[in-house]
Amino acid sequence: MVQKLDTLPETASQTAGPYVHIGLMPSYTGNGQIFDLEIGQGPIADGARGEIIEITGSVHDGTGWAMRDALIESWQPDAQGRFAGQDGADPAVSGFCRFAADATSGEFRLRTVKPGPVALRDGRLQAPHISLWIVSRGINIGLQTRIYFEDEDNSTDPLLARIEQRPRADTLIAQKTAAGRYRFDIRLQGAGETVFLDI
Amino acid sequence: MLTDGPLIPRNRALHPLPHDPEYKTSVTRSPHLPLVSMDSTASEETGPRFGHGQIGALDNNLILNWTRGVAPAIGERIVLHGRVLDENGRAVPQTLVEIWQANAGGRYRHARDGYLAPLDPNFGGAGRTLTDEAGRYQFLTIRPGAYPWPNRGNDWRPMHIHISIFGHSFGQRLITQMYFEGDPLIAHCPIAATVKGRAQLDRLVAPLDLAASKPLDYLAYKFDIVLRGRRQSLFENKPEGM
Ligand SMILES: [Fe+3]
Repeated sequence: MVQKLDTLPETASQTAGPYVHIGLMPSYTGNGQIFDLEIGQGPIADGARGEIIEITGSVHDGTGWAMRDALIESWQPDAQGRFAGQDGADPAVSGFCRFAADATSGEFRLRTVKPGPVALRDGRLQAPHISLWIVSRGINIGLQTRIYFEDEDNSTDPLLARIEQRPRADTLIAQKTAAGRYRFDIRLQGAGETVFLDI
Repeated sequence: MLTDGPLIPRNRALHPLPHDPEYKTSVTRSPHLPLVSMDSTASEETGPRFGHGQIGALDNNLILNWTRGVAPAIGERIVLHGRVLDENGRAVPQTLVEIWQANAGGRYRHARDGYLAPLDPNFGGAGRTLTDEAGRYQFLTIRPGAYPWPNRGNDWRPMHIHISIFGHSFGQRLITQMYFEGDPLIAHCPIAATVKGRAQLDRLVAPLDLAASKPLDYLAYKFDIVLRGRRQSLFENKPEGM
């Protein structure tokens, strides 16, 4: 026998299930009256500094179906790369948003400010990105991924550089469809499977 | 001096496998390719923070919050309480805990739930609260009913409450479910069974806590939650090569 470590095991994840909206986005299922203020309704308020952008897409399961019940959370810094609460951060950027696939079309939409670059501990810069966390029924542990932007310089990003196969890295890069508009589709498995992260 | 380093990498063996054929929906919703690993960055080490100004007085009272205090929900009154800790055993204060659940008959207030059990006009099924300085939280609610679901021929969910926890870092984000001590359906549930380690499943089962119960009012169940911790390091601030 050996001595006992004084660390605790992380609580096991369980699927968010089909009714996750009741808890996280009550207004989505018509229950908005329950709380005075719903959390995560938008990552920016009026007056946010920087380029306002809109990202649309779908979360596709392994059959290619655009899932109608996916729920996504996003987390990002302001246009200068500062997160809410950090010195000098834009007070109009909370950086956090909850959004869901539309129950009819399966499309999601995120309106936000384009994030600035964020440095690693060693000073190297990461390319601008938005962190995502995806849950739904059938997802046993929330899936982490990131949105990068095709019109930014992604050539020296440390995370993208870890992905050996170039087409796989492309799954993390939102495609520009018009000024200020991007398309970002997430594929849970199969052809074009999105890179998911363990960070 | 000790500083907070990167998040401790997740021990995925403590969690369900993404692909579990007994839980059929996971088959097409689980990545097949390996996850890409890296030390956490500010994107994962920071996270949204919520304040008391965003939380209403009845938000953690599911018996009364749907009717804003007008009429109580039907069911067995219970208190669910516990602490949020990190892997280093440190309390996680001022963090948002959100729950959602079926009513006493096993029916959710959700457009997609068509179960035979009726809606309770006085029950919404959601609650939220912030942990205190010691990481403690509590909810007053009713014990949810078990309910059937389409999976194998005759699958039933044990009584459970869904719980969502933030921590202080986006990389700590966790959703889990708590079960009730003594529920015979736990042993038959393919979703509970996605957790492969017996000890890890036992940690999702809240014991009856008679000491915290209130005579002639409610029973209590205790459920502690452990989130990822940060690596403690003496050396994080030293320059490269030291
Ligand atoms: Fe459920």
